[in-house]
Amino acid sequence: MDLAFTPEEQKFADEVRAFVRANLPADIRDKVKNGKHLIRDDYMRWQQALGKQGWLVYTWPKKHGGPGFTPAQRYIFENICAEEYAPGIIPFGTKMVGPVIYTFGNDEQKAKYLEPIRASTVWWCQGYSEPGSGSDLASLRTKAEKQGDHYIVNGSKTWNTMGHWADWIFCLVRTDPKAKPQEGISFLLIDMKTPGITVKPIIMADGGHEVNEVFFDNVKVPVANLVGKENEGWTCAKFLLANERLSIAAVPQSKRGVEALKDIARAEQDNGRPLIENQTFAEKIADLEIQLTALEYTELRALSSMAHGGQPGPEVSGLKVRGSEIQQRITDLTMEAVGEYAAPYLPGLLWQGSNEEPVGPSYAHQVAPRYFNTRKTTIYGGSNEIQKGIISKMVLGL
Amino acid sequence: MDLSLSDEQKQLQDAAERFVRDKYTFENRRKIAATEKGWLTENWAQMAELGWLGMAFSEEDGGYGGGPIETMIVMEQFGKGLVLEPFLPTVVLGGGMIAKAGSKAQKESLLAPMIEGKKQFAFAWLERQSRYNLADVSLKATKEGNGWSLSGHKGVVYNAPSADHIIVLARTSGSAREEKGLTLFVVDAKAKGITRRDYPTQDALRASELTFDKVSVGADAVLGKVDDAFGVVEDAVDHAIVALCAEATGCMDAINAATLEYIKTRKQFGVPIGKFQVLQHRMVDCFTNAQEARSMTLMASLKIDDKDSVVRRKAASGAKVQIGKSGKFCGQSAVQMHGGMGVTDELSVSHYFKRLTMIDLMFGNQQHHLTRYSNLAMAA
Repeated sequence: MDLAFTPEEQKFADEVRAFVRANLPADIRDKVKNGKHLIRDDYMRWQQALGKQGWLVYTWPKKHGGPGFTPAQRYIFENICAEEYAPGIIPFGTKMVGPVIYTFGNDEQKAKYLEPIRASTVWWCQGYSEPGSGSDLASLRTKAEKQGDHYIVNGSKTWNTMGHWADWIFCLVRTDPKAKPQEGISFLLIDMKTPGITVKPIIMADGGHEVNEVFFDNVKVPVANLVGKENEGWTCAKFLLANERLSIAAVPQSKRGVEALKDIARAEQDNGRPLIENQTFAEKIADLEIQLTALEYTELRALSSMAHGGQPGPEVSGLKVRGSEIQQRITDLTMEAVGEYAAPYLPGLLWQGSNEEPVGPSYAHQVAPRYFNTRKTTIYGGSNEIQKGIISKMVLGL
Repeated sequence: MDLSLSDEQKQLQDAAERFVRDKYTFENRRKIAATEKGWLTENWAQMAELGWLGMAFSEEDGGYGGGPIETMIVMEQFGKGLVLEPFLPTVVLGGGMIAKAGSKAQKESLLAPMIEGKKQFAFAWLERQSRYNLADVSLKATKEGNGWSLSGHKGVVYNAPSADHIIVLARTSGSAREEKGLTLFVVDAKAKGITRRDYPTQDALRASELTFDKVSVGADAVLGKVDDAFGVVEDAVDHAIVALCAEATGCMDAINAATLEYIKTRKQFGVPIGKFQVLQHRMVDCFTNAQEARSMTLMASLKIDDKDSVVRRKAASGAKVQIGKSGKFCGQSAVQMHGGMGVTDELSVSHYFKRLTMIDLMFGNQQHHLTRYSNLAMAA
């Protein structure tokens, strides 16, 4: 048992850091560092650079064109990217639909879809939730009726992240309305340019636009776009969620968040002293750091057991729950740190190159929007209550 | 980077698991706790034979070249069985301090027989006013010819009734709470001038209040350097904390397993109570807490011998905060979910709960270590 990197791992870490420093455009790095909004082109430029290096789909095995990283390499890669202020990799293609296609798709589908995901030339989005089907996903009603060699899709999807930038959407659709809820669902790939698709923005509490409602009005989708067997889409859906579980703890991002919080607590004053010297506040940060360390070592234990050919054990089930709570706690304490200067609402400042004059400290305007926005982490990907239900059933057998 | 156990470590884990299964069924433990000294000579002899008393010490010191990971493995299983033999005071604390600060002669006369199972220790540091401050020591040692004379009081000294030697933290110079001026003495437990009041603890261990009235010891009783014991003590206590964390992890696994079993079988309103969502989520929280405790224990076991003292101390305190928090959550939840049965002596649950509660108090509770961690993080 050894915490230290092997010489090979250290060499790999140096290689990753050198690559990120040489290839992450400075303007994108600045935006991430200063909490500015990123646009589609920012993500694409960075992801295409990673794609050329073969690292964009860093979780994929070699036989599907991934780099075949060891678990330790995954950990190193994720941490260094975060430390160097690289944007998060958009997961919809790389971590969600890609693995579904290489696991359940046919050869034609693999040939058609995988390379554009590896190279980031196509932007994917997800069509899972519906207005009437949130936590109870299997009750979804968007229907796909077969007519010849096409499905005709009608219905709507919601909480669709970044669909306004997407080229393709993967959807869960109902193909057999008479079957039991889970048994009549299929997994369908749909070109966003198909006639009949409308994307309507949903503006969030922080004033930002990152999610949409997507409407399907007699949308014609070739039967060739069905992944896996008809009415067996729930298998793909479950696989995708399990696959997602490991990368959802967001430890590297939270480490960065804690460091930013400490910087703010050093800059803020409290009775004439830096806030970080306030014992009560310092202990809140300490407690947060300890929670984050526990999460990190839980993830490391899981990675280690995978490296030895084992499956991640029950320890990973709690990662999403705790990881999301920690992300929220960081924003919570950051709000506490800036105090009343979190109040001025200056959304223009969230864009790079804004001429708007900041009010108060330069970091203050983004603190409240981030606090409000981060409430999503305990809701998306299956709310934490749903996660606990899954753990209770699958792990504890209750 | 590799966090998996080696083959030897897996064998150690199996052996410790087997020991607990064979020797520490709940009924057996009850019998052991009721004996006069509160532990069994035959069990101690078996631990010596299995090499556990020497596993964490270097081969130079007569040990088997293991370290904190080996201690973690064994302590975790001890936690599952609520093992009563005095491994922590004798091996982790006593043995640890002798290995770290002892002379060649002391290692030969104390450590070697300890590894063979022939000597036990107790560590007397706490005083009535000390709370968790290791430097708040007023028991005085004054020069007396070539040797020393010790006078004062020590409290809640675990294993003092069985120990062959008491390792006493005494003030040889400086003022109250000063880190400089502390010295460790290895004192024969039967030395003239020591009075003991023995008692059982809440969790069925044995401890004593000790009064030292002009207890004379030779110059060779000094462990390490005169006036300079604080670093040795702090380091030994941090190692003990990490070992306790491993024990607590084992307790949490056991208490969670018992609770899960109970809510699957106990029926109310016509269904097993584990069908109720509010209990399901609480049970999940218990498991998550135990996983976090295990992760922090592993982290601390890996870092407790780090070169950087800030890293070592933060590791121990961080783990102790987690164990305090998780232990309380799992313990209190287990009792609550067991309902009235949880507060009886009859089930094991209350016994695990008592041990977890006492572990939080030992060497600084959750709040104490949160403050220590926070101060260390600030200083770094």
